Amino acid sequence: MRAWVPVACGGALMCLAGPADAAGAVAGGPPWWVWPLALFVACFVMGIVAVPAGIGGGTLFVPIVGSFFPFHLDFVRGAGLLVALASALSAGPMLLRGGLGSLRLALPLALLASASSIVGALVGLAMPANVVQILLGALVLGIVVLMFVSKKSEFPQVERPDRLAQALALHGVFVDGASGRTVHWQVHRTVPGLLVFLGIGVLAGMFGIGAGWANVPALNLLMGAPVKVAAGTSGVVLSLVDSSAAWVYINRGAVLPMVAVPSVVGMMLGARIGARLLNVLKGSVVRRLVIGVLLFAGARALLKGLGVWP
Amino acid sequence: MAVSAPTSRAHPVQPEEQLRYARLLDWGTRVGLVMLVLSFAAYVSGLAESHVPVQRLPEVWQHPVAKYLELTGSPTGWDWVALIHRGDIAGLVGIGILAGCSLLCLAALIPLYLRRGDRTFAVLCAAEIAVVLLAASGWLAGGH
Repeated sequence: MRAWVPVACGGALMCLAGPADAAGAVAGGPPWWVWPLALFVACFVMGIVAVPAGIGGGTLFVPIVGSFFPFHLDFVRGAGLLVALASALSAGPMLLRGGLGSLRLALPLALLASASSIVGALVGLAMPANVVQILLGALVLGIVVLMFVSKKSEFPQVERPDRLAQALALHGVFVDGASGRTVHWQVHRTVPGLLVFLGIGVLAGMFGIGAGWANVPALNLLMGAPVKVAAGTSGVVLSLVDSSAAWVYINRGAVLPMVAVPSVVGMMLGARIGARLLNVLKGSVVRRLVIGVLLFAGARALLKGLGVWP
Repeated sequence: MAVSAPTSRAHPVQPEEQLRYARLLDWGTRVGLVMLVLSFAAYVSGLAESHVPVQRLPEVWQHPVAKYLELTGSPTGWDWVALIHRGDIAGLVGIGILAGCSLLCLAALIPLYLRRGDRTFAVLCAAEIAVVLLAASGWLAGGH
């Protein structure tokens, strides 16, 4: 029950302004405070389902909020980056201490992805909204396909690291909580991995969408990191990449606290509940539900961009 | 990949730089989130006057950012610092801390790497700091 206390506090925070400014409605529309309150609730629910579905909350945020809320996509992307950033920052310390996130592996990848995320953010903010909507819709539908077909390799076999991985000492050790075994890992295909992260950075900056959906397969299937190290290191990479891209949005004035703060707080509180419900909810059912929602939101973004469903 | 049998030994100790980074990141995130929530509470409760009145937001948040800036006269780049006493602008302090706390963490690693002779990673940290600072400077985004 204690877990619900911060949620109630968050809702109360949003309601603080309600009675004071009930008159603040656009002609015929709901009062202004309805939207941030709805955003807080929506993000709280997204946070709950994101954990059991094995997907970052940021990936759900931009397509859903961009499609069903009245905020312009510029502000949604700015808030999306902050949602992904805050989630990555919150999880980062625990992952690093437990060895599931490797700073040594994250740093070279994050450096390239950070630089390219700035380019992505600048290009994304310069593009017309309908073009961004079309590309976002296509990307989200692509993520759905990836979620369907992507396989995971828990402990990929890396016979020997490549020269660059050896030179950078990209290896580590962690204790697998499920089996209690100590796992020593190393990676290979470092150069292709770096190039893939260059592209991932562009997408992260352009769409403000958390890039865990791309980071984890790249680290796990391409570079050969164990899936838990891939997921943990992805969080560390995201914390650096989204920092760079977020600054571009902040400097352009595309971060509205009224949109960003309820989203960040709602998502983080929801994720805490989601983590507690991990053993109660059936992951496969939640995952199918999330895929369904993403399919709908992706199609909506695509059709909105094409002017078919404005 | 070497997988050892289950063991009752304590968890392997992670590298010193990783633990230092984790400790600083933890604090930076906490401070950022507290600032974010406090400034937002002051904003929505009306304790601090807003640059853009909250009642006006539904008229303007549906526009692209360029139009929004034109309609509201909101600042770009680092000009928001001059308006930090405004409730909505003060929210950017917490956001800025969250977006910038990795800088301190990375900077704290450089002497550690240099002391160990690991110049490559000292350079990687410095380069990452430079990239984030470049993004934060506002030069690329056309801010002031």
